[in-house]
Amino acid sequence: MSLKSRFLLLGCLLSTMSVPSFADIKVGVISSSTGPIALVGIPQKNSIPLLPKEAAGESITYIPLNDSSDPTATVKAFKKLIDEEKVDAIIGPSGSGNAMGVIQFAAKSGTPMLAPVGTAAVVLPMTEQKKWVFKTTQNDDLIASALVDHMKRTGVKTLGLIGTADPFGENWSKVMRKLASDNSIEIVANESFQRQDTSITGQSLKLLLASPDAVLIAAPGSSSVLPQTTLKSTGYQGQIYQTHGAALDPFLKLGGDAVEGTILAASLMLVLDQAPETPSKAIATKYVEDYQSLYNKKPATFGGNVFDAGLLLETAIPTALKTAKPGTPEFRAALRDALESTTELSGTQGVYNITPEDHSGFDERGRVLITVKNGKWQLLEG
Amino acid sequence: MNVQVAALLGQDGLTNGAIYALLSLSILLVFTVTRILLIPLGEFVTFGALTMAAIQTGKPLALEWLLATLMLIDIALDVYSRRDRTVSRKQYQMIALKAAYLAVVLFVTQTFTLSELPMLAQSILTLCLIVPMGPIMYRLFFQPLADAAPLVLLIVSIAVHVAMVGIGLLLFGPEGGHTKPFSNSMLQISNIFIKSQALWVIFSALFLILALFFAFERTLYGKALRAAAVNQVGARLLGISPVFAGKATFALAAFIGCASGILIAPITTLYYDSGFVISLKGFVGAIIGGLASYPIAAFGAVVVGLIEAFSMFWASSYKEIIVFTLIIPFLIWRSMKASHVEDE
Repeated sequence: MSLKSRFLLLGCLLSTMSVPSFADIKVGVISSSTGPIALVGIPQKNSIPLLPKEAAGESITYIPLNDSSDPTATVKAFKKLIDEEKVDAIIGPSGSGNAMGVIQFAAKSGTPMLAPVGTAAVVLPMTEQKKWVFKTTQNDDLIASALVDHMKRTGVKTLGLIGTADPFGENWSKVMRKLASDNSIEIVANESFQRQDTSITGQSLKLLLASPDAVLIAAPGSSSVLPQTTLKSTGYQGQIYQTHGAALDPFLKLGGDAVEGTILAASLMLVLDQAPETPSKAIATKYVEDYQSLYNKKPATFGGNVFDAGLLLETAIPTALKTAKPGTPEFRAALRDALESTTELSGTQGVYNITPEDHSGFDERGRVLITVKNGKWQLLEG
Repeated sequence: MNVQVAALLGQDGLTNGAIYALLSLSILLVFTVTRILLIPLGEFVTFGALTMAAIQTGKPLALEWLLATLMLIDIALDVYSRRDRTVSRKQYQMIALKAAYLAVVLFVTQTFTLSELPMLAQSILTLCLIVPMGPIMYRLFFQPLADAAPLVLLIVSIAVHVAMVGIGLLLFGPEGGHTKPFSNSMLQISNIFIKSQALWVIFSALFLILALFFAFERTLYGKALRAAAVNQVGARLLGISPVFAGKATFALAAFIGCASGILIAPITTLYYDSGFVISLKGFVGAIIGGLASYPIAAFGAVVVGLIEAFSMFWASSYKEIIVFTLIIPFLIWRSMKASHVEDE
C-alpha cells in the first residue's frame, strides 16, 4: 500500500470516527471564573457538570470557556464557539457588559444565547438582534417592584439610593427612579461608588444628610456590604434595602451585625427550607444537594441561573429536533423558536413563561422577600 | 457641609492618606535602590488583609504552602548556585536557618487554632507568612536581571503583579474579606466623633514612617541602602552587595505593604484584586515626590487621600478621575522643572 493511499485510508477512518459526534448537540458555556466577576462566574462554571446530559435521546456536550471577565475575551470565546465548534446554543457570559457585547454575534450567526446576567438591557427593549437572547435571571424591575411594594406598606416616603458605577447599579437607579415616582416615593439622594473603593464615607454622609426614610443599596456580590457597614457606623437608623445582588452567603459573613434586619428580594434559593412547597422548590433543593455533594459547599444563586438555562434547553431541544438535525442553522432557529414558546417551566429561580416580548419570563413566583435575622436569611411573610 | 461632616471626611482622608503615604514610601525606596517600579506592592496589602480575614474566620490557610513552595525553590537555587564552589560554613548556616524558619511557621499554622489566638499574635503570624515573600520575589524574578533596563524591570514587575492577583484568587477566593477592628471605641471631642481604628491606622503609619527615617539616618544598614540608592557602582565598590540591597528593600516593602493591609482590613472590604488601585494611589504620591523625595511623596500621598475623601462627598461618580487627573499638572510641572538627563 502506497503512502498516499494509507493517508487516504487514515482520513476515511478519522472521518467515520468523528461522524457520531456531529449528531451530538453542542452547547458552549462561557463563564468568568477569574477576574472581577469571578464571584458570579465560579458557581456558574461549577454548575456545568450538573446540567442535563441528554434530551430526547440525543446527548448534549458542553464546551466550557473562561472569559476572565474581559469583554474582548468574551467576544473571542463566542466567535470560537460559533465558528470552530459550531455549537447549537450558548449559555453565558457571566457579566452584564460582556453579554451586551456579544448579542450582535449571536444574532448574526443565528445562535440562541441564554444569558445568566443581571441587566434587563440584554432582552429589553426587544429588537431584531435581541430575539436570539434569553435571560435566566429575574428582571430588575420585578425585584424592584417587590421592594417598592414593601416600602409603600411600611410608609417609606423618602428614599436614598447608592449603587455601583457599573451597568448593574446604573440600571437599578433607572428602574428605581421610575418606580419610585409612580408610587410617590421621593428619591432624595442618588450616589455611586466603585467595587474596589476602600472607603465610602463621603457617599454615606451625603445619604445621611439627606435623611431618607430608607436606603436602597444596589451592588452585585460582596460590594453590597461596605455601603451598609459604613452607613451603620456613621449612624444611619432607617431601613436598609438590598437587591438580589446581595443574595449571597458571603454578604452575611462580611456584614455581621451591620446587615441585621436588611430586606431584599431574590429567588427562593436562599430560603429553601422555609419556602412553601412548589415545583421550583423541589428542583432547587435537588440542585443545591447535587452541587453540595460535588463541591462540598452551597452554590450561589448565580449557579442556579446557569442550571436553569440547561433546563430551558432540555425542554426546547425535543421540539427543535422534530424540524432539523443538530449542527445546522435550521436546528438553531428551531431551537430559538422552541425556547420562545416555553410555558410554565419550573426552574430553580422560579417559573418561566417566555413570550416573544418577554425573554426573561418570570412572574411573582420568581421572587420572595427575605430579611436577615440572627445572621441568617429569613423568609419575610406577606 | 458642616464641621462634623468635614471632620469625618478629613478623618477618612487622613486614614487612607496615611496608608497611601506608607505605600508611596516603599515604592520610592524600591525604585531608588533597584530601579524597579514595584507594581505588586498592592498584592502584599491584599494578601496581608485577606490572610488576617482568613485566620479570623477560621478558614484553612493555603498561604503557608505558597510560602513553603517559594522558600524551597529559593533554597534549591541557593544549593544549585554553589554546586561547584566550596560552601562556607556561613552559607550552610543561612540555608539551615531558612529551613528552620519554614519548619517553625508550618508547625505554628498546622498545630494552633489560629482564630483563637490574640489579635497581636495573628498579625505577627500574618507578617511572618508574607514578609519573606518579598526577598524571595526579588531573588526569583528580579535578581537574575538586576542590570536590565528599567523598562524590562517594569514589564517583569507587571507580570509578577498579574501572577500574584491570580494566586490571590486561588488562595482567598473572590468573596473579599474584612477583619475585626483592633478596638471598637469612639473618641469624642466636643461634637466630633473619631473612630479609634482610624487613630490606630494614622499613628501606626506615623510610627512606621519615623522608624524608617531613623533606620535610614542612624543605622549602618540603612545608610548602606541609601548609598546603594545614590550610586550603585560606588556602593558596590565600598562592599555593599546589590543583592543584599535588593532583598532588604523588598523585605521592607513587603513588610510595609502587609502591615498596611492588616491596618485597613477592619475598615473596608478588600478583594483579591483591590491591591492595584491602592498601590496606584501610593504611586501618585510617589510621582508628586518626583520619585526622589521622601517627605514630598508622603505629603503628596496624604493630599491624595484627602482629595479622594472630599471628592467622594461632592462628586462620587468622578472620584477616581479627580484623583488620577491630579497626576497631570504634577507631571507637567516636574518635566518643566527637571533638567533632562538621558536614561542610560
